[in-house]
Amino acid sequence: MPLQSLDITRRSATTTASPHQRQTAEVAKLIDVSKCIGCKACQVACMEWNDVRDEIGSNAGVLDNPPDLSGASWTVMRYSEVEPEPGKLEWLIRKDGCMHCTDPGCLKACPAPGAIIQYSNGIVDFHEENCIGCGYCITGCPFNIPRISKKDGKVYKCTLCSDRIAVGLEPACIKACPTGSLVFGTKEDMKQHAADRIVDLNRRGYPNAGLYDPPGVGGTHVMYVLQHADRPNLYHGLPKDPAISPMVALWKGVTKPLMSLGIGLAVLAGFFHYVKAGPNEVEEEETEK
Amino acid sequence: MSSETNLVQRHDTNERINHWVLAITFILLALSGLALFHPAFFFLTNLFGGGTWSRILHPFIGVVMFLSFLGMAAKVWKDNHITGADREWARHFGEILANRAKNLPEIGKYNLGQKYVFWVLVYAIPILLVTGVIIWQPYFTPAFPINLVRFAVLIHALAAFIAIIAIIIHIYAAIWTRGSIRAMTRGTVTVAWAKHHHPAWYKEVSKEVKQ
Repeated sequence: MPLQSLDITRRSATTTASPHQRQTAEVAKLIDVSKCIGCKACQVACMEWNDVRDEIGSNAGVLDNPPDLSGASWTVMRYSEVEPEPGKLEWLIRKDGCMHCTDPGCLKACPAPGAIIQYSNGIVDFHEENCIGCGYCITGCPFNIPRISKKDGKVYKCTLCSDRIAVGLEPACIKACPTGSLVFGTKEDMKQHAADRIVDLNRRGYPNAGLYDPPGVGGTHVMYVLQHADRPNLYHGLPKDPAISPMVALWKGVTKPLMSLGIGLAVLAGFFHYVKAGPNEVEEEETEK
Repeated sequence: MSSETNLVQRHDTNERINHWVLAITFILLALSGLALFHPAFFFLTNLFGGGTWSRILHPFIGVVMFLSFLGMAAKVWKDNHITGADREWARHFGEILANRAKNLPEIGKYNLGQKYVFWVLVYAIPILLVTGVIIWQPYFTPAFPINLVRFAVLIHALAAFIAIIAIIIHIYAAIWTRGSIRAMTRGTVTVAWAKHHHPAWYKEVSKEVKQ
């Protein structure tokens, strides 16, 4: 058993404890949107390290290319031309991909044991060999990230290069970033780094600059420094208060044990009724009538 | 009417075949659906060749069940309107369960319990079909907004739960009420059974035969 599998915080569709003797430091990727120049080196590095190649698509008239995440595109740059104040155009470029939530909606929704794993370092990883392709993770995700591959019907997303991190390397996208927009380290260090960046941005005319580490999902292991942290929606619809949908929480929460219990009780009620009352038989004399 | 004098025809061959198509598809759907509903039931995916096969097969089986149910509903709809006799029967429900029932009203082809099972399925199965199409990956789900998919997946589970409870009651009632299962296997019941459980229906069918 690889040591990495001894630091599992949670496994999908598993009601007992996962092997979690090892406690590793929580890691995080910090994406400083204010430093991003939209060069897509991170996209290329992701494709290269993970050996995934998307189909060559067609130009949609904007820089977003490929136009969306897919089974083979685990991170894409989202380019938004916005006017946070009238007459003041800003080009906001956000690297989109899995946020590695502390409370992952995908993992909560997944019905296949061990198809989604959360490590103690915070990475939420899909183990596609256990994936059944039902797409429940897509239903559970508050960030619209997982994609079913047309090639094999399994769901894929950013792994935060769990294979690299397990051997002490930084994620491929971090290594490729030429501006220092992407940094990686322990979550604590990344928060500190972000705080320094926010002070700098505040001085440069961005009073609302801030860290995006949404508490609705327990915080994330991919965080953003945003110039307009009060309006994350400006960044290609980044949700302001993401949380697992109450419908998903209900479906994967109390209904699961309650309905299972209800079905079991219905069967038992029948059995014990039979034991107590006996069969409902037509009496002999009636037969002779 | 059977040629044997003490038997009455209750369900013809087509009705019986369709009933069992419905029953088999329902059980396959309940098993594969429960398998993906709670991890405690995930082992049931082994019956279908694994998790992925369960996920692939379930919706196709669902379409077959829906078509089968349409056929059944069209056929038995008229016999399932709730009557005054049914309401009177309901007042004796405790005695019926205790096998102490006397002076029951004259019940037609189906009693209130059977009618309730029917009406629950009349609502549950179309709901299961519609919500099931919405969550049918990879063909249809991408066409729907995510919040509708979330709603559908919850409603699908709730409707399935209600239908499964109704069917557990239906199966138990058939086992408990001796002489009922042959109505769906052989197609006939004894005259005594018909007179005892469904006297109004018995009168009707014996009249038809005399004509």
